[in-house]
Amino acid sequence: MIEIDDITKTYGENTVVDRVSLVIDPGTICVIVGTSGSGKTTLMRMINKLVDQTSGAIRIDGEDIAGIPAYELRRRIGYAIQGHGLFPHRTVGQNIATVPKLLGWDKKRIADRVEELLTLFQLDPAQYRDRLPNELSGGQQQRVGVARALAAKPNILLMDEPYGALDPVIRAKAQEDLLAVQRQFETTIVLVTHDMEEAIHLGTKIAVMDKGQLLQHDVPQQIIANPATPFVAELIGSAERPFRLLSLGKVADHIEPGEVAGTPLDAGVTLRDAYAELLWSGRPALPVTRDGKVIGQVTLAQLARLAARPQ
Amino acid sequence: MRIGLLIRLIVLAVLLVFLIHPDTFAGFFSLFTKPNQPPIYNQGSLLDITLNHLAIVLTATVASTLIAVGLAILVTRPFGAEFLPLSRSLANVGQTFPPVAVLALAVPMLGFGTAPTLVALFLYGLLPIFENTLTGLTNLPPAVTDAAKGVGMTGWQRLLKVELPLALPVILAGIRLSTVISLATATIGSTVAARTLGEVIIAGLTANNTAFVLQGGLIVGVLAVLIYDALSALERFLMARTGQLGRAAA
Repeated sequence: MIEIDDITKTYGENTVVDRVSLVIDPGTICVIVGTSGSGKTTLMRMINKLVDQTSGAIRIDGEDIAGIPAYELRRRIGYAIQGHGLFPHRTVGQNIATVPKLLGWDKKRIADRVEELLTLFQLDPAQYRDRLPNELSGGQQQRVGVARALAAKPNILLMDEPYGALDPVIRAKAQEDLLAVQRQFETTIVLVTHDMEEAIHLGTKIAVMDKGQLLQHDVPQQIIANPATPFVAELIGSAERPFRLLSLGKVADHIEPGEVAGTPLDAGVTLRDAYAELLWSGRPALPVTRDGKVIGQVTLAQLARLAARPQ
Repeated sequence: MRIGLLIRLIVLAVLLVFLIHPDTFAGFFSLFTKPNQPPIYNQGSLLDITLNHLAIVLTATVASTLIAVGLAILVTRPFGAEFLPLSRSLANVGQTFPPVAVLALAVPMLGFGTAPTLVALFLYGLLPIFENTLTGLTNLPPAVTDAAKGVGMTGWQRLLKVELPLALPVILAGIRLSTVISLATATIGSTVAARTLGEVIIAGLTANNTAFVLQGGLIVGVLAVLIYDALSALERFLMARTGQLGRAAA
């Protein structure tokens, strides 16, 4: 659990983070959203002491981080950033091994961990371990960056716009990978982004920041349905609200009995994708399949109800 | 590239033959002598003088490298930042002083011989290395330095494992400049009785023997070109090895 307690950061006259309090539950993804200059990155960087707060306290599992040496704290917290920040003079394997090596793991354990992580991120160890980062594609570099952050099995992972430099197709894939990894290891993730779409997709809870202040911290449904301020509403975009709401649900949870004709949808797709498919096909309903077997249908009428503002 | 390498190897071989058996080239150099003048330098072994010349340059460059890199590291640490202007002007002074003036000033203190030459070359070599090390250490990709901090490296670990290895090609470029300047400047050391190739040139000038002047000058010139090329090749290798070939060379 990360407790951010009345944190303020000022540079001279300038208040960058203004009395923010926030509790991030263990095993959840907290996405901090805001425009540039909102203080979101500064807030995140105070969690691993890359920035020192002017006042207030941050506790991790009840322990005040003020009492922990910065380098020791950072070795316990994974850190992944935009543009990956891989060490260009070290191989992929050496990059991933950075933190375990700093912690003094033995050689065998480090080698096993590197292999495990490369496999987890779908990079063949034999092929990629000894390459230099500049011999990888952007998406691969980003995956190695996250693998490096996770190498010492941290409970907490901080991510600063990790997908900012990726094209949309690779970004979607990277987000799915992250969600899978997060579910598997139950890592607590704090992710900073300016992209509300990404926040809604990834966040267990979303923290919206503007001009150094925390405007709202809630689950995505609530942020969409009841934005605390006009600024939050603007970030979501009023025209996007029903679709964002639909993107939170899966077809699997809203299957109705019945058989209809048409190209079937997989139960795993989001309601938004199903809605788009329904509109595109021009049909009022489409069959839903799981593992290739038809298990029911999803209807336009039902989705329209789900997209309406929750009461 | 291959042809270039071949030419350099041939030039090196010719130089070695000349240094070991200078008489082989007596016919060629007699073209530049007046009647009854010796075509080949005869007041000492050319090989010994060349080795001595190189030893002086090497000693001075190693010393400048240690001091200049050390200073640059110091002033790029948080605690040393306020010394940055001071150390910069210090190195600049070393550069603006003409080497002859340094020699003239050093002789009364250090006497004639190698010592004043070493001091002059040392001071002269500081600036290029210092400036390049500074450039190398301050122009690192920000994402990389941020990540080095973020993974929990201490200040020393960041310096040794990330900053210096990445800055190494740029530092080496400074050392290369400094070495080549020293190679040429060392000849002046012979005016205060240091045993360098300047001796051969000066002997040629006083005896009005063009062959001597040519010999001294050619050896220094060829050495400078070969060493310059070798260090450039090492830099390119390091750039590739540290995955920085894409970055603009400083």
